[in-house]
Amino acid sequence: MTAIAIPDLRESVLRALDTVRDPELDEPVTTLGFVASCSATEGSVEVHLRLPTYFCAPNFAFLMVADAFDAVRAVAGVDHAVIVLDDHFAADAINAGVAARAGFVGTFGSEASGELDALRADFVRKAVLAGTDRVCRPLITRGVDVFGLTLGDVPPSSELDTLRARRAEVGLPAHDAAPLLIDVATGERLAEQDLSLHLARARLSRVGVEANVGICRGMLAHRYGSGDNTEET
Amino acid sequence: MYEKDGEKYFVVDSHLHFWDASPSNWIPGQEQFAKGWIECFHAYMSLAPKETHWDIEHFQCYSEQDLMADVFDTGRVDVGILQSTYLRQWYTDGFNTVERNGALAEKHPGKLIVNGRFDPRDGDAGLDQLAADVDRWKLKGVKLYTAEWRGDSRGWKLSDPAAYRYLERAQELGIKNIHVHKGPTIWPLDKDAFDVADVDHAATDFPGLNFVIEHVGLPRIEDFCFMATQEPNVYAGLSVVIGGLMHARPRFFAKVMGELLFWVGEDKMTFGSDYGIWEPKWQIEGFLDWEMPDGDEFADYPRLGTDGKKKILGLNAAKLYGIDVPAECQIADASAPAARDDATLVTGASPSA
Repeated sequence: MTAIAIPDLRESVLRALDTVRDPELDEPVTTLGFVASCSATEGSVEVHLRLPTYFCAPNFAFLMVADAFDAVRAVAGVDHAVIVLDDHFAADAINAGVAARAGFVGTFGSEASGELDALRADFVRKAVLAGTDRVCRPLITRGVDVFGLTLGDVPPSSELDTLRARRAEVGLPAHDAAPLLIDVATGERLAEQDLSLHLARARLSRVGVEANVGICRGMLAHRYGSGDNTEET
Repeated sequence: MYEKDGEKYFVVDSHLHFWDASPSNWIPGQEQFAKGWIECFHAYMSLAPKETHWDIEHFQCYSEQDLMADVFDTGRVDVGILQSTYLRQWYTDGFNTVERNGALAEKHPGKLIVNGRFDPRDGDAGLDQLAADVDRWKLKGVKLYTAEWRGDSRGWKLSDPAAYRYLERAQELGIKNIHVHKGPTIWPLDKDAFDVADVDHAATDFPGLNFVIEHVGLPRIEDFCFMATQEPNVYAGLSVVIGGLMHARPRFFAKVMGELLFWVGEDKMTFGSDYGIWEPKWQIEGFLDWEMPDGDEFADYPRLGTDGKKKILGLNAAKLYGIDVPAECQIADASAPAARDDATLVTGASPSA
């Protein structure tokens, strides 16, 4: 195997980290500013992650560190990966647990009631609802009747790609013939009488997650004196 | 009291703290948590206008004089409600206990109301303590932190059988208002304590109590709104919503307000500054000036008028607590129907409420 030049390796690791999302905020850790540093020396990579507060929820923190570990380990040319969460009340436990591949329960013992798969799936379903608003809102504004549309009927967009990806992630139908509007718990086609409530919930879910992103960005900027804490326009 | 365009606004600040988080109050061995906690609170202050920021030393422990000046002199709040938060696992004398808050409230009758707390993990002794606290401090409300640490326990739920015993006892003792912290900065290791499903159960089973969800479940606003729309005795406590978003993220503030007005309605939203995280003055002034923006993305949302602002800033909380409001601050036509007026209000402690 050809040795990968180090700057390229670092770049590859950062691209891999682009696939790691904050499960609650549904955004990559890279664009959120959660990657504090990334260094690559030959096949050895060390990534430091940081969060908006000392007390950010440890379940989500654990998922991000574990996902980062898996993503970085999968990069060609990485022989050894260390992921370090900085400045967090549970950092030592999380860092050691992820390095030992101990899982959430193995890391926190009796403090944890179970692994985090269901939690992650709940938040992907929220992301599906929020994504439904992102896809539907421009169509509705243009006067399109969204009820009855399939995913294949919707003009291509990055929002549609994301919606499909999130749906696929939790086993919801994502192919062209699948209905655009579905019950996010069951994947069933939405009943027409539920349309207005469903769209209102989709909007609400999007507002919730986007407001949360806004608060987190502000807190991170305050904590580390960088990133975006400017006024919106 | 505030006056704007000839209208008078009676202000009840329903979420105040009088804490001591200075290093001398940190429990040895727990310093990193005590320090981390107050620094986390302090970071929230950064979301306010810069001229209102404090340094960390002042933030750790402000004085009675500071509170009275910031809230009542500069802030022109009419009545403030002190919420008690114990956190004895980290703070030797507690973060702000009912004794600390109650002593302050007693010195300023008519201006400050003190709320107590309970924790179902205290068992029978806690029930007795609750009765003693109600008797001593004439409590009408409690503030609950379902995610509070306690030994190996990382929290509890309002729907636990032990919590029901406490809610029943609280009701017998004449408590009307249950403020529940559902919002940022306290965590459970698992999702549960952030979840509002436990409030849903308790609110259904205790229709005689009002449940004020402080911080509206942020970052779980969608779960909160959907639950609140089905429960007539659930209120949205706006602490953090106004302080955390109105200045720093005005567009999202408008959207969050829009969602709350849409799902919960202006009759069930209460202002709270969350002092000392944020001073009340800029929040109240900004809120009086605030209007729902124009534009497609805000088109779905109800508009908030003068009456709605009067309700949110003071009249709603005044009803919950039986606070007398001067006639000049009341809504001109009280019989006018409010938005989504399907709530059955549980009356406050005063017979006239």
